[in-house]
Amino acid sequence: MSTCHSSVKMKNVEQNLKKIVLAGNPNVGKSVFFNSLTGVYVDVSNYPGTTVDISTGKYKDYIVIDTPGVYGVSSFNDEERVARDVIINADIVLNVVDALHLQRDLFLTQQLIDMGKSVVVALNMMDEVKANGIDIDIQRLSDMLGVTVIPTIALKNQGLEEVKNHIAVARQGNKTEGIEELLSQYKDKVKVESEALLVLEDDPNILSRNHLEETGMRELIYRKRRARVDDVVSQVIRNTNKGASFKTKLGRYMLRPITGIPMLLVVLWVMYEFIGVFVAQTVVGITEESIMLGIYQPFIVSLISKFISEQSFLGHILIGEFGLLTMTPVYVFGLLLPLVIGFYLLLSIMEDSGYLPRIATLVDRVLTGVGLNGRAIIPIILGFGCITMATITTRLLGTRRERVIATVLLGLTIPCSAQLGVIIGLIAPLGVKYLLIYIVIILGVFALSGVFLNKVLPGESSDLLIDLPPLRIPRVSNVLKKTYTKSKMFILEATPLFALGALLISIMQFTGFLNRIQEVIAPLIIGWLKLPKEAATAFIMGIVRRDFGAAGLTDLAMTPEQVLVSLVTITLFVPCVASIMVIFKERTKTEAALIWGGSFIVAFLVGGLLAQIII
Amino acid sequence: MTLDKAKRGQEIEIISILDSNIKAQAIRLGIFEGARLVCAEKLPAGPVILQNKMQEIAVGRNLARKIDIDFV
Repeated sequence: MSTCHSSVKMKNVEQNLKKIVLAGNPNVGKSVFFNSLTGVYVDVSNYPGTTVDISTGKYKDYIVIDTPGVYGVSSFNDEERVARDVIINADIVLNVVDALHLQRDLFLTQQLIDMGKSVVVALNMMDEVKANGIDIDIQRLSDMLGVTVIPTIALKNQGLEEVKNHIAVARQGNKTEGIEELLSQYKDKVKVESEALLVLEDDPNILSRNHLEETGMRELIYRKRRARVDDVVSQVIRNTNKGASFKTKLGRYMLRPITGIPMLLVVLWVMYEFIGVFVAQTVVGITEESIMLGIYQPFIVSLISKFISEQSFLGHILIGEFGLLTMTPVYVFGLLLPLVIGFYLLLSIMEDSGYLPRIATLVDRVLTGVGLNGRAIIPIILGFGCITMATITTRLLGTRRERVIATVLLGLTIPCSAQLGVIIGLIAPLGVKYLLIYIVIILGVFALSGVFLNKVLPGESSDLLIDLPPLRIPRVSNVLKKTYTKSKMFILEATPLFALGALLISIMQFTGFLNRIQEVIAPLIIGWLKLPKEAATAFIMGIVRRDFGAAGLTDLAMTPEQVLVSLVTITLFVPCVASIMVIFKERTKTEAALIWGGSFIVAFLVGGLLAQIII
Repeated sequence: MTLDKAKRGQEIEIISILDSNIKAQAIRLGIFEGARLVCAEKLPAGPVILQNKMQEIAVGRNLARKIDIDFV
């Protein structure tokens, strides 16, 4: 990460063109400006070593680069590090500011000015300012900052042309008092001039790049900047109407448990109806059953078997039961892709509307009990879609400790949507009693393992500190774009892992190793779990694909007690082969091996104890 | 007095924040030593919501215990 100084990779664009970089806090409408500048020819690429996507395009003789929304230029997380490196190399920064949140947003603006960047400020969402009874003295704001400030309502296409007309005259603004003197000491010691400010602010990556020691100045500079921003804000804002609007009130209701929990339950129910029922059954029925299994698989098998025998080792690997050309694409495109798109669609809506940070706040108390904070609700929600996708998302958690806890809880206790359908299908006919026992056991394991890990893991988890943005109706194009880039990233990342897993399973099956494991665990299944011998096959299949395992149980003649035991066991042990791979990729080998092995032990221990009690 | 003792509706002044990393992140959101904010909401045993004009920030209860405040 610290070496990616050479800026973003850009395809087909000449390096000597001037760069316009869009910068702003999260959800301020940057993408509307980006799209307006660049039109349709946009290149979205993953920033090396991160989950962050960067869009680049062209406007006249400029390259336009979008950055992730950040509260400042520093390196507290991946988004910030990426935004920082792109901004450092910018010729012109188009800073989009939420006019309703000047106090928050101008901190970044002032920092950009302090870096010495040529800046144009687009003061966006002016309509909301009026609606809230606030008046902003734009001329005075522009004078104080020393840069052009243009009022805009990007969604209604107001002010965009004026912003474009002013890009060529972007200029350096008025720095925070005293910064210039400090900067002059470092200007010759850094490679790029705008890095001098970040050196003063003790950015660890920038310090090591320039082989410099910490200056200890960050707090002083931040405080000065804060004071200046507050001074500017107090001078340009007039007539603040204190009456809480409906949106503010709704935002509060989402936070208060007595109203917030029912709202959350309704949202979860809608999510279940959309993803668990509509996508997992109707859509996957078409994509997996009809298209991939009905058309694609017979086609590829008949094509390949003309050249390679299905019974040969190579044939087995390519088009066998777990083949690289059969099961891998069927699973990834037929099953996972629709689910992942469905989940990212809902998540993007919740994120852009401002609801997601409020859910995080609402559940923070519960999650601190298991060593996480409210932000961990994002991977947990995603886990009900796909554990592989959720495990990748644990990167956004603040500490390594939290990432380990979240990965364990996901792998152990959260049934993915593919599995959920089968579980519900099996347990529903048994009645409410069994459903409740199942839920209590799984929740119990979630709580106990979380509390246990929170006790034994060294270090401390990070605390919740998040901005609650105003509630807004999400913009369709933005939601779709987010869904597209995130789903694409997931497929690119998960497909090779899944192929590798399928390859391993194929080899294990061909060499008879899979049958051998089945024989070894059979006594455990019969004696300890008190299940029929055939359940061993279902469990082994569960390692390949979670839903395979659960589905394999459907055909077995079992008593209601046995169904319960088998479902508890299969929910708790190992996630599918793709998520095992992703756990090994995201965590160290020791951690991953412990998480994987541990899940087997917990699954058989809990399942067995339950069997001994009820059967 | 620490932030977790604040009650809903009270106006408070931040006196000190111990963790320097948190301090830097909080300053950007408008929480800094000397800042005057309103405790807009408080979840039972959960986060404290601080408000400054239109800006709202959720602070986890554990973190709130580490922030010294005064009532205004």
